[in-house]
This record gives sequence, structure tokens and C-alpha cells, in this order.
Amino acid sequence: MEYFYAFIIGGAICVIGQILIDTTKLTAPRILVIFVVAGAILTGLGIYEPLVKLANNGATVPLPGFGYALAKGAMDGAKDGFLAAVSGGIKDTAAGVAAAVTFGYAIALVFSPKSKR
Amino acid sequence: MASKEKELNNKPKKEVAKKYEQYVKQFTPRPKYFSNSLKAFLVGGLICMAALYIQNMLVDKGLSEKSAGAYVTVILICLAQLLTGLGVFDTISKFAGAGVIVPITGFANSMVAPAIEYKKEGPVLGIGAKLFSIAGPVLVCGISVSVIIGIISYFMR
Repeated sequence: MEYFYAFIIGGAICVIGQILIDTTKLTAPRILVIFVVAGAILTGLGIYEPLVKLANNGATVPLPGFGYALAKGAMDGAKDGFLAAVSGGIKDTAAGVAAAVTFGYAIALVFSPKSKR
Repeated sequence: MASKEKELNNKPKKEVAKKYEQYVKQFTPRPKYFSNSLKAFLVGGLICMAALYIQNMLVDKGLSEKSAGAYVTVILICLAQLLTGLGVFDTISKFAGAGVIVPITGFANSMVAPAIEYKKEGPVLGIGAKLFSIAGPVLVCGISVSVIIGIISYFMR
């Protein structure tokens, strides 16, 4: 059942993205930004948390989940003081961002551009 | 011939642009909303299910749920970046559309793709800068919002 919800919710979030791509003229960076910021704001309002409880990775793997992790870290940090509230978001997402930067840099060094077929 | 050209030039530019737009519209294929959405749904759902499977496996091995989640994110990011480097990601995303762009794999792809494209400009201003040409705005907006949320919840607790 857990897998079923992950599939449904994760798929549904992707469909929202597909509809945004097909029906609006938004460019890819804007869509990414909208998703992350929307996820963070929904988490701040307490709407996204139940979705994560229900669908687990179905809600955390899509980009709003990145916003969720940022906001959740900040809200958890707020319990420990002002400094932790400011740094909490980055702290909780540090692993993903650090891996993306380092591994991405290595990949870009190793591979060369492919001609489009 | 010359007079005809002149006539065309005398027409208000807007009208010409409008006509051209209509002309182009005949030839641009209309996006297939339903089948695109279905593909995005299936692929996106499968990625999330696979992520849940890996996470459950890691939790079974004794990791806490939080660190298992972080590992899953790292695995997905590295896999997507490797596929981007190999040139396979483009093929997949042509089929699945938002199904691979909206999950965290799309974020990983958006870092590596422009970095490889601008490799010629050098390891610092080429790869180093272009790594963030799409991811940069995402991180800037995301982190700013998270700091604001943190400050608000600090004062509301």
C-alpha cells in the first residue's frame, strides 16, 4: 500500500509539471523554481507534511520535496534558536547539494558534449 | 515585384507578425496533452516507487529513516548525472517529459547538461559557472524562502 501511494502521489506531481510545460510558456528553470518554492511554502503552511506522511518518497523525491526538506530543516531549527532557524534549511539538504555539485563537476570534467541525434 | 514588396513593408508590422504566427501555427504539432501526462505519470511514479524501495532496503540495513532518505537522494542525483554524461538522459526525457524533470533527477540533469555544453570555456568559467546556470536560481529562491520560513517560525513558536 505504501508503494501504491508513492506511485500515485509522485506520478500526480509529475503530471502537474507536464501540464505546466505543455500549456504555458514557462521555461525549465522557472518551473523548477516554482516547484521548489511551492513545496517550501506548502510545508510552512503545514499542508505538505501530511502528504509526506502518506506517500513518503512519492512526495519527497519530486522537486517540491526539496522545498519540503529546506522548510522542514528551518522549522525544526527554529526550536533550537535563531541561528539554527537560519541555517537549518541548508543543513538538512547539504548532503544532496554537496553530492550534486561534486559529482556533477566530476561528470562534466569527464564527459564531452554529445551531438544531438 | 518591387512595388509589391513596398506594399508589404507599408503594412503595419503587427499585422504581418500576426499573419506569420497563424502561418506557423498550421505546422507546429499540437502537444498531445493526454499521452504526455500519462507518460509523465507512469515514469514519475515508478521513480518514486524505486526510491521508496531503496529507502526501505537501507532502513532494513539499520540506517535511520532520515539518513536513508539522504542516501536515496544522493543515489538518484548521481545516477541522473551519470546518465546525463552518457547522453542517455536526453533520450529518456524526450519520452517521459516531466516524469524525469520534476523528480530530483531533473535538478541533477539541469546542473550537468549546461556544464558539459560549455566545457570549452574552461574548468572555472565554463563548467564551474554553468553548473549553476539553472540550479543557481533554484537554490537562491529555495534557500531564501527556507530562511524566511525559519525566521517566521522562530518568532511564532
